[in-house]
Amino acid sequence: MKRVFALMMSLVMCAGLAACGSSETASSDDTASVYYLNFKPEQDAQWQELAKVYEEETGVPVTVVTAASGDYETTLMAEMGKSDAPTLFQVNGPVGLKNWADYCYDLTGTDVLSQLTSDAYALKNEDGSVAGIAYVIESYGIITNKTLLEKAGYSVEDITSFEKLKAVAEDITARKDELGFAAFSSAGMDGSSDWRFKTHLANLPIYFEYQADGIGATDAIKGTYLDNYRAMWDLYINNSTCSPAELSAKTGDDSRNEFLAGKAVFFQNGSWEYGNLVGEGKFTDDDLVMIPIYFGVGDEANQGLCTGTENYWCVNNSASEADIQATLDFMNWCVTSEVGTTAMCGGEGAMPSGEAGMGFVIPFKGALESSNLFVKQDAAMTAAGKTPVSWNFPTMPSEEWKNGVGSALTAYAADQTDDNWAAVVSAFVDGWATEYQLANG
Amino acid sequence: MAPTLAAFCVGFIWPFLHGLYLSFCQFTTVNNAKWIGVGNYAKALADTSFIDSFKFTVAFVIVATLIINVTAFAIALALTKEMKGTNIFRTVFFMPNLIGGIVLGYIWQTLFNAVLMKMGQPLLALNTTAGYWGLIILLCWQQIGYMMIIYVAGLQNVPPDLMEAASIDGANNWQTLLKVKLPMVMPSITICLFLTITNAFKLFDQNLSLTAGDPAHTTEMMALNIYYTFYARAGAAWKGIGQAKAVIFFILVVIIGLTQLRATRSKEVQQ
Repeated sequence: MKRVFALMMSLVMCAGLAACGSSETASSDDTASVYYLNFKPEQDAQWQELAKVYEEETGVPVTVVTAASGDYETTLMAEMGKSDAPTLFQVNGPVGLKNWADYCYDLTGTDVLSQLTSDAYALKNEDGSVAGIAYVIESYGIITNKTLLEKAGYSVEDITSFEKLKAVAEDITARKDELGFAAFSSAGMDGSSDWRFKTHLANLPIYFEYQADGIGATDAIKGTYLDNYRAMWDLYINNSTCSPAELSAKTGDDSRNEFLAGKAVFFQNGSWEYGNLVGEGKFTDDDLVMIPIYFGVGDEANQGLCTGTENYWCVNNSASEADIQATLDFMNWCVTSEVGTTAMCGGEGAMPSGEAGMGFVIPFKGALESSNLFVKQDAAMTAAGKTPVSWNFPTMPSEEWKNGVGSALTAYAADQTDDNWAAVVSAFVDGWATEYQLANG
Repeated sequence: MAPTLAAFCVGFIWPFLHGLYLSFCQFTTVNNAKWIGVGNYAKALADTSFIDSFKFTVAFVIVATLIINVTAFAIALALTKEMKGTNIFRTVFFMPNLIGGIVLGYIWQTLFNAVLMKMGQPLLALNTTAGYWGLIILLCWQQIGYMMIIYVAGLQNVPPDLMEAASIDGANNWQTLLKVKLPMVMPSITICLFLTITNAFKLFDQNLSLTAGDPAHTTEMMALNIYYTFYARAGAAWKGIGQAKAVIFFILVVIIGLTQLRATRSKEVQQ
């Protein structure tokens, strides 16, 4: 037994030494290098390719590592503790910044900052120093299958307010068997899908409250528009492909597949879904349109899509001087060079290798027009004078707050009583105050 | 001996001490820790969710340990009788132990939800009772086979002359089991109890994938609570509090493990 133990221990040590050895060789050379810890798994291949192209062009090695979906914070924490920490990483906004402010290099005066089209895309510390730069702008709303909508006897132009959306959805539900499809794809509350409601849909009551109160963040939400939130949630869950009681187990894939299979007209999601919805054997641009999430508040006729960002680039201030400079150069190259901007904005064939680009809208002066249908619609709506709904969910006090709201929403969906809604309100309002205290106390 | 000791230090002692140190600090990554004293421990113990997860864990450990060991011992008894196919059965019972916890959690989640839906009951994410029993069923399914193998080995080592003497003295099956077999397999019982109690106490993968603590943290065990403290909360203070919880958790597991070892060891007999 002792011998086995000794053997195992020496194995463990060998593994440990091997690990040390490999990391030392990586850090020992003196040339500057860039290590980007990427947040978006969808664009991993493109970043890997860009890194290679940049290295060939400039000789500066760029390593791109992509954290698994939902694991960014854990991966970042582990990686930042290493001697070869990421030089370029991401935070999701003011709340995310709180964890990482100590590590953010002040970007004031850098070339890449001067490329931003608006100062609003810079994430600032309280003292005014710039901690992060938004590099992609996204939109979400209700993705609509126009073909099915027409089959049901309506057109997109009919839907201009919450009341009208409700009338259409309820009419489709009434004729569900005859039509063969439902109004909304399942509002799944599995972990792969619940963010669409506990975060993205929850943005709307927060947005309208901030608007009404003229603020941009708060330590205690009032929940002024939670009745509208309830009306919208009722609409989603009671006019769906499945019974509300089954929603707790429905996943993001379930919801998307229902929409792809033509089982539902509406699908709440964002511009990042474009690649999953359009393509061979799927929809064409002509089938789809994204409409605003009408909420029954304010000037609905002029409401646009929910547009904003939760992707900010931050540079690690504990990296070496040379690495920081190399990272800033790389960022600047991405948003100014032809290869970089084409890769970030382009669609089919935009990468040097001929693969599809990232299809982003980037808030930089060198931005090209995106090939993403939803993004183009957002631009068209804004040009037509509609007001986009800004993203306020980065001001939600913590992940724990979102989980509390999500949990209450799921319980309410299964049993739609006033008591259960009161639990949602409590998670929303009281939970906000509690979590804010816990995060900042 | 020296390399072993070095390996033990590198692989265990040093990380452990560092972890202990971090529990007294405020930190974002392990390198920028700032000493703040025992505040983390006070906050950890004041966190009601931590206490609730402790209660849930204890309720889980007691029931799971009993079911696993009684069933495993019963199957081991059956499979040490002389009959055809015992080896096949031993393999079959052992197999579930080879599947990883995360995968098991997701598979069982699908199974349980299908059954609950048929029964018209709230699904796992909304059903504390189902979540509790679901975890127990899952862990039993996974561990019974492993404990069974240990019991089989123990039962096979009961000296035949003792059994023979017992039957000559006129002991019936029940008496042989209680007075001869059980005392002789006490070492196996010690090991099995130790493994099931500590494993059940430290359960994480299965908890994360089967229920993720839903609904509203009511099926959250201690390890998962620590994980959420670490990653689901914003603000600089929480990493240290999570670390303090982890240290408290470690001390609890050690105390419970050692108490159990001492209690069952004293019942072991020398041949």
